[in-house]
Amino acid sequence: MKYVDEFRDGDLAKNIAANIAGEAHAGRAYRLMEFCGGHTHAISRYGLADLLPPNVRMIHGPGCPVCVLPIGRIDQAIRLAREQDVILCTYADTVRVPASANLSLMRAKAGGADVRMIYSTQDALKIARDNPQREVVFLAIGFETTTPPTAVAIRQAAAEGLKNFSILCDHVLTPAAMHAILAVEGGVALDGFVGPAHVSTVIGSKPYEPFADDYHKPVVIAGFEPLDVMQAILMLVRQVNDGRAAVENEFTRAVTREGNLKAQELVAEVFELRDAFEWRGLGSVPHSALKLRPQFAAFDAEQKFKVDYVAVPDNKACECAAILRGQKRPQECKIFGTVCTPENPVGSCMVSSEGACAAHYSYGRFRETA
Amino acid sequence: MNTVKPNYTRALDLKHGRVDMSHGSGGRAMAQLIAELFAAAFDNEYLAQGNDGALLPQAQGRLVMATDSHVVSPLFFAGGDIGCLSVHGTINDVAVMGAKPLYLSASFILEEGFPLADLNRIVESMAQAARAAGVPIVTGDTKVVEQGKGDGVFITTTGVGVVPDGIHLSGDQARPGDKILLSGSIGDHGMAILSQREGLTFSAPIVSDTAALHGLIAAMLDSGVRLRVLRDPTRGGLATTLNEIARQSGVGMMLHESAIKVNQPVEAACELLGLDPLYVANEGKLVAICAPADADRLLAAMRAHPFGRDAAVIGEVLADAHGFVQMTTRLGGRRVVDWLAGEQLPRIC
Repeated sequence: MKYVDEFRDGDLAKNIAANIAGEAHAGRAYRLMEFCGGHTHAISRYGLADLLPPNVRMIHGPGCPVCVLPIGRIDQAIRLAREQDVILCTYADTVRVPASANLSLMRAKAGGADVRMIYSTQDALKIARDNPQREVVFLAIGFETTTPPTAVAIRQAAAEGLKNFSILCDHVLTPAAMHAILAVEGGVALDGFVGPAHVSTVIGSKPYEPFADDYHKPVVIAGFEPLDVMQAILMLVRQVNDGRAAVENEFTRAVTREGNLKAQELVAEVFELRDAFEWRGLGSVPHSALKLRPQFAAFDAEQKFKVDYVAVPDNKACECAAILRGQKRPQECKIFGTVCTPENPVGSCMVSSEGACAAHYSYGRFRETA
Repeated sequence: MNTVKPNYTRALDLKHGRVDMSHGSGGRAMAQLIAELFAAAFDNEYLAQGNDGALLPQAQGRLVMATDSHVVSPLFFAGGDIGCLSVHGTINDVAVMGAKPLYLSASFILEEGFPLADLNRIVESMAQAARAAGVPIVTGDTKVVEQGKGDGVFITTTGVGVVPDGIHLSGDQARPGDKILLSGSIGDHGMAILSQREGLTFSAPIVSDTAALHGLIAAMLDSGVRLRVLRDPTRGGLATTLNEIARQSGVGMMLHESAIKVNQPVEAACELLGLDPLYVANEGKLVAICAPADADRLLAAMRAHPFGRDAAVIGEVLADAHGFVQMTTRLGGRRVVDWLAGEQLPRIC
């Protein structure tokens, strides 16, 4: 497949692996965080850990949209679906995220709530147009990648005068989360970041420059193909060896320094910063999420249905928080693979294949049994 | 066929008519639907008996019975429809037991308002598939549910076949060292359905692989190899099927990603939707496990048949108390090919 097979070539991967092994200094450890769940997935799916020397360790970051959504946000959506009789539309894995009272959106649906999984914001708009007598709420989650399509939907709904459509806005911002990880006192020791792929096509590479300049952490933006990830790891090892900290772009075929200005303008027109937003694992992070601007308040489900956010603590046994901050590996959680499995996730890291726990459970757990 | 002319005042309007509640009431309208549509299309001596059950001749060998319900959406897709699918799927379930499929039953749950023209297409497709396979539909049932309580049409087919003496295939027969063979590319059926459902178009269309595999299986059995397990990797795909066999046999497996064929449009569609073809449904493929010494002969027998021309050895059975199905990736790493948790969902961003 053109533009894909080229980035999955086994011989090239072995060459890069040999370079990483040759250039990584035997006497030191390289702790590299792949921020994005897409990279976590690629590393697990292609078994990339087997290609790295033992002193180059990948640490899974918080860049999985469903993993960072706190329980209270899913509760909000469930309350809307059950108590306000709305049609609740959402993306993929969100339906399986554990909520309060042993519920999830999937279980709420089985109990009679009208929850629909959609592939795009356009699907949600169509459902609203087709059901003028019902209120339709789109649970809008995700990083900078999924925000522009939500903005497009809001503009379309406004232009059409669609009165029965609104969003529960849980869009979050990547750089704010990276700040939160680095700013934690006694936080995880990191030598660099593999920067997000799709997110960076929107925001560009510029927003990562403070991590290199202020925190002296190298960042290499990489695509989601396995060779992209391998090449980014090599570039990070080289920066660490040189004592440099710069933002480098491995994903030049899609990412520029400035990013997609049109998408950024669109997002800025529809959204503004929230003062603070609670993240799963990171706690409340200032200016780390978006809400609708006042002129689009009619499309804000939180205001329209008066559903307040109520914070809910995570299950005490669940160590997703430490895992999301890179302080623990999935297999170090006491309930990993026993009480908490993909079929019965206790924490959201076990839900999506982009979550650190689910990725390790589904693809890599044979390593503990060797 | 009964030669007495039934006293229906007007023939079924197969062009513009729709299913209504009377077609499931057990009265004259239902009798007419059965006579003019189902019996006419499936036409065989057993169905013509007109009884509640089919009286079948004695068969030599152990009996195999399998049943499958079909709830596919859309009902018509590139490469097939729910009709031929319901015939192929059950024939394959019988055949992978090593049996010669003999007879099928078909049960229809129709939704009020369903166009008779579509039902006619489906029934014709079933009839053609059954005739081509040489497996008649000898008995059936029809029910009608109110509008909104169905999805157009649901079809349940049951198949009966006989296993000749000396053949014993079962999911618990895989042994460490055995070879795992796959008859062709994976993911074609599931992605044909999904790409049509999502309105995705590709330069090369994705066509379902739906097919009856009893001919291929007969050729494999005739080759004289010691077959241990046969299974058709339908819902849940290749990954689920191999995990089922690994669990039943108490073994592990090591697959080789580079040996597993995925057609390019299927791979592209999976990429686009963030799905793994290992978990996508197939309706015309089979997995075979045999003793290592027999693998080459079995492979040759499969490749000599049109439905097995892309057959390949895709891995080996291992002794593994954990029962992991693992895979060496194209990149040279290793991973688990796990059971699917819930249904496969596309990624968010």
